[in-house]
Order: sequence, then structure tokens, then C-alpha cells
Amino acid sequence: MDTPSADTAHSMARGLGWFSIGLGVAEVLAPRALTRCLGMGGNEQLVRAYGLREIATGIGILSSDKPAAWIWGRVGGDALDMATLATGLQPDNPKKDNVEMALAAVAGVAALDVVCGVSLARHAGPKPRRRLTAIDYGRRSGFPKPAEQMRGAARDFEVPRDMRTPEALRPFLIGSATGLPGTGLGGAAPGTTPSN
Amino acid sequence: MKALCWHGPKDIRCDQVPDPRIEHPRDAIIKVTSCAICGSDLHLYDGYMPGMENGDVMGHEFMGEVVDVGPASKHALKVGERVVIPFTIICGECEQCRRGNFSVCERSNRNKDVAGKMFGHTTAGLFGYTHLTGGYPGGQAEYVRVPYADKTHIKVPSNGLSDEQVLFLGDIFPTGWQAAVQCDIQPTDTVAVWGCGPVGQMTIRSAILLGAKQVIAIDDVPERLAMAQAGGATTINFDEESVVERLNDLTGGKGPEKCIDAVGMEAHAGGSFDAVYDKVKQTLMLETDRPHVIREMMYVCRPAGTLSIPGVYGGLLDKIPFGAAMNKGLTIRMGQTHVNRWTDDLLRRIEEGQIDPSFVVTHRVDLEDGPGMYKTFRDKEDGCVKVVLTP
Repeated sequence: MDTPSADTAHSMARGLGWFSIGLGVAEVLAPRALTRCLGMGGNEQLVRAYGLREIATGIGILSSDKPAAWIWGRVGGDALDMATLATGLQPDNPKKDNVEMALAAVAGVAALDVVCGVSLARHAGPKPRRRLTAIDYGRRSGFPKPAEQMRGAARDFEVPRDMRTPEALRPFLIGSATGLPGTGLGGAAPGTTPSN
Repeated sequence: MKALCWHGPKDIRCDQVPDPRIEHPRDAIIKVTSCAICGSDLHLYDGYMPGMENGDVMGHEFMGEVVDVGPASKHALKVGERVVIPFTIICGECEQCRRGNFSVCERSNRNKDVAGKMFGHTTAGLFGYTHLTGGYPGGQAEYVRVPYADKTHIKVPSNGLSDEQVLFLGDIFPTGWQAAVQCDIQPTDTVAVWGCGPVGQMTIRSAILLGAKQVIAIDDVPERLAMAQAGGATTINFDEESVVERLNDLTGGKGPEKCIDAVGMEAHAGGSFDAVYDKVKQTLMLETDRPHVIREMMYVCRPAGTLSIPGVYGGLLDKIPFGAAMNKGLTIRMGQTHVNRWTDDLLRRIEEGQIDPSFVVTHRVDLEDGPGMYKTFRDKEDGCVKVVLTP
């Protein structure tokens, strides 16, 4: 069998992610309805816990750039679901037929999970994010001289009035320490000396 | 003509589309000689910005030759002139333009009703950047219609400057410059720059030229950090060390006076708690942006310091530590770039040889190869920092 393309595998993963969240929400919000339908009353807390697991897995799949691990997590969850459902196959369970249908459904989704996990693993490959040998951009300064010599080369630029630091927030000692304009001690502009 | 068109998230194609024509007396048609993929194009590519439609022509960083001019722009432009086109479309006449606030031009956005609903009031029209900003076809194409062309251009003098030396006057160079300028850098200042992509690189050089005592660059891509270092920055690799601890170490425990976010809405922050939180919420469509950098800046910035935000954000941000910002008395300046406010000065600096912005170009390809380069640039593959396309 041909495995799906990388794009198809990722789309399938997203679909499974949303399915996981949907199922999880249903399990968290309506565990009693589910257990009643399966004739497995008394397992509501377990179903709720499984719902939280489904939601977490779904979020993990949707928010990860590499969802394969989360998909395999789903496969593990499917096994757990099937093991739990198998306990409902006792002859005295009047809803045994429903349990069998649920088992078949989980098995089908588990097969999809496996196909998706295998496809993602097959297309994962080494990510060519960076070259193995580092690219040397260490001389790309854009300056005609070493950066240290260019420091302040544009001090002739006058910052527009609307973008200047409010006078009250300027460094307090600039005026006296460097001779540059500011509200420095000993050089405070009229009306700017702190009064309280 | 050929053009790079958006067809959905991660789906850019080189299509045949109708040639543009003069639609208004103030229009001009430009034959594009060089264009670039901007970091903010990646927000469209990834599908995080609302308002894109199938078939929209991408690109807002481009230059070329004037091939047709509408009658109302003939006083300002002539056929054959070489121009860089600013990404913000400006009328030059409204109250905001007259104040120099070109990125919030009140007239150039032809979808101002939509923008008004989204942002409260309209902002300027932009090339190739969603229907919120006018839905104007962009410059990753063979030809572009430039509205308000008598004002929306930067003339390139005929003195031998190459396309790559002046192309970035249309966006990333003035964007980096404004990011630094609005910090009002003092000679005693430490300026921390988050993000060493193209805008971050221009910001670092601008902060050095404007005389910052110390510039610190933050990223996790080694070749980008090396480029930042070449531009005069001390570097922090956030995969290897704590940004907050290192910034405090480098500033005597007081934090940087000026913090610049050159990252924007798609911050990657390794496995930090808030990064995972943002990723989950964004995935579930409960949050539009991942504002890790803004949180970190507000936390680490020195009291009474300044935050400058040239990085693009699109919508609603969650868990912003506004208490820290308010109690520390931080000044926050942000916005799209008022390109034409800075370009005369920056062009002079390029002509005088003070800086050559072409240092940032790492990949040059034909327009047809553009779709593949979006992925290369997005994934930072092959040392990609800046892509220039030739139609």
C-alpha cells in the first residue's frame, strides 16, 4: 500500500487532532450518557479521565510541528480504550451489541492512527533547517568600517519631537555627566527640577 | 504578467494575471526590476493575518522603472525614472500625512470601512497585504499599479547604486531605523533587539549608527546571530541561555533601557511555558498572536525605559503583563513604518557609504522560484535571511 504524501499525512493528523478534542469534550461533558449507552455504568470518572487524555492529545497534535509522537500517543490511547471496552463484553451486559460497535469504531480509528503515524514517520526525514557546515555571515556588517568605528556615525540625526523620550524620563545624570542635554543635576532646565 | 499569488495558507503560486493599468489620474505603472520577500509576508503565508482572498498578489517590498504615469502624477514622475516604492501608500495631503504619520494615511486605504471595524479607525493602504489595508495587488510581480504615485515613491538617483543597495528603502531599512529612532537612543543606552531577521539586522545597525552604548541581539539561529555580531551586537541565543538573566547580567542587573520587538506575532520561544500556552491557544483559535517577546520586554526592561514594536501584530493578545509596564512607567511606541519620513535621510546615508543594506541578502532567485523560497525563508533553511526575487 502506498503511504499518503507528507501533506496528506499532516492533514490527516489535523483531522485526528480535532476528532480527539471533539471526543474528549463529549467524554468530559457527558460521561453518564456514554456509560449508560454501553451498559458500563459506574465508570463515569474513568471516562472523564479518558476525555481529558483525548483533549490533551488533540491539542498536542494540532499545536506541534512534529505531531508523530502525539499520533503514536493516540494509538496507545486506542489500545487503552479497547481494553476498557472489552470489559463490557460480558454476557450479562444488555448493551453488549453497543460495546461491540464501539470496539469496531475504535479499531477503525486506531487503524487510521497507525497509517497516519507511519506516514508521518516515513516523511519526517532529517529537517534541512540548517546546513551541517555553518554559514559564515560574520563579515556581513553592512558598514564600511568595523562596527565599533561606526558607533554614533548618525548622531547628526535629529529625533523628531514626537518620538523623543519625555523629558521627565530622560537619564537624570546625563546633563552633568556627559554634557549632553537633559535634566541633569546642576544643569536642570527651568521648571524641571523635582519639587517634591 | 507573472505574479506570486496567495491561494491559502502555505500555498503561494506563480500565476499569470492581467497586467495592471492606470485606473486613476494619480496612478503610475511600475515595471518591477527587483522585489523581496518580507518577514511580514510570512504572516500571510502561514495564514495568521485575516483578510486575504484567493488570488491576491503578494509583495510590498519592490522597486523598478516607471512605464506609465497618470495625468495627475506627471508633475512628479516621468516614464523611465527609477523608483523604490514604499510599502505604505500615501496621499501626502491628509492630516496624518501632513504630520508625517504616513502609515496611518487617512485616504489611501480603499477598504477603510473594514479597517475601521477592525482597528477602530482606518490605517494606510498597503501593497499586497490583505483587504484590511485596501487589497492592493503587491509587487512580487512583473508590473504594479501604484496609487497616489506622485507621493508614493522614492526616486533613485542615477549614480550607480544597485537595486539591492536601495531596494530595502521600501520597507526593512526604514522599519529598522524607525524602531531605533522611536527609542530616542542616548549614548548611555543599552538597546536589546529581539529577532535577528532582516528587520532585526537593520535595527541593530541603526542603533549602532545612532550611538547606543551597547546593542544586544536575541535569536536562536546561529548564522543570524553571527550576522548580528558583525553589525556590532552582543548576542544571546535563547536556546542556550536565559534571556532575562543574560540581559540583567549585561546591564549590571538593571535591564536594558530600550527594548525592540523585531519578531511580532509568530514568536518562537523554545519550550517556555508561555510559548506552549500561546501555541495551544492559537491552534484552538482562542488567540490570534503569540506575544512572548512583548511579555519578555515588559518584564526585563529597565523602569522608565522604552519599548519599540516594529514587529507586526494582527489581533488579540493574551496574558500581557501590563501591570509591569504600568508600574515601571514604560513608554511604548509602535506602528507600521512612516517610510517616506525617513527615506531622504537614509538614501543620503547609503550614497555617502555609511551603510550598504545589501549585506542582508542571502538568496537571489527568479520570480518563478518565489513559492519555494517562501518555505525556505519561513523555515530558515539554507542560511536564508533575505530573499530577493527578479521578475
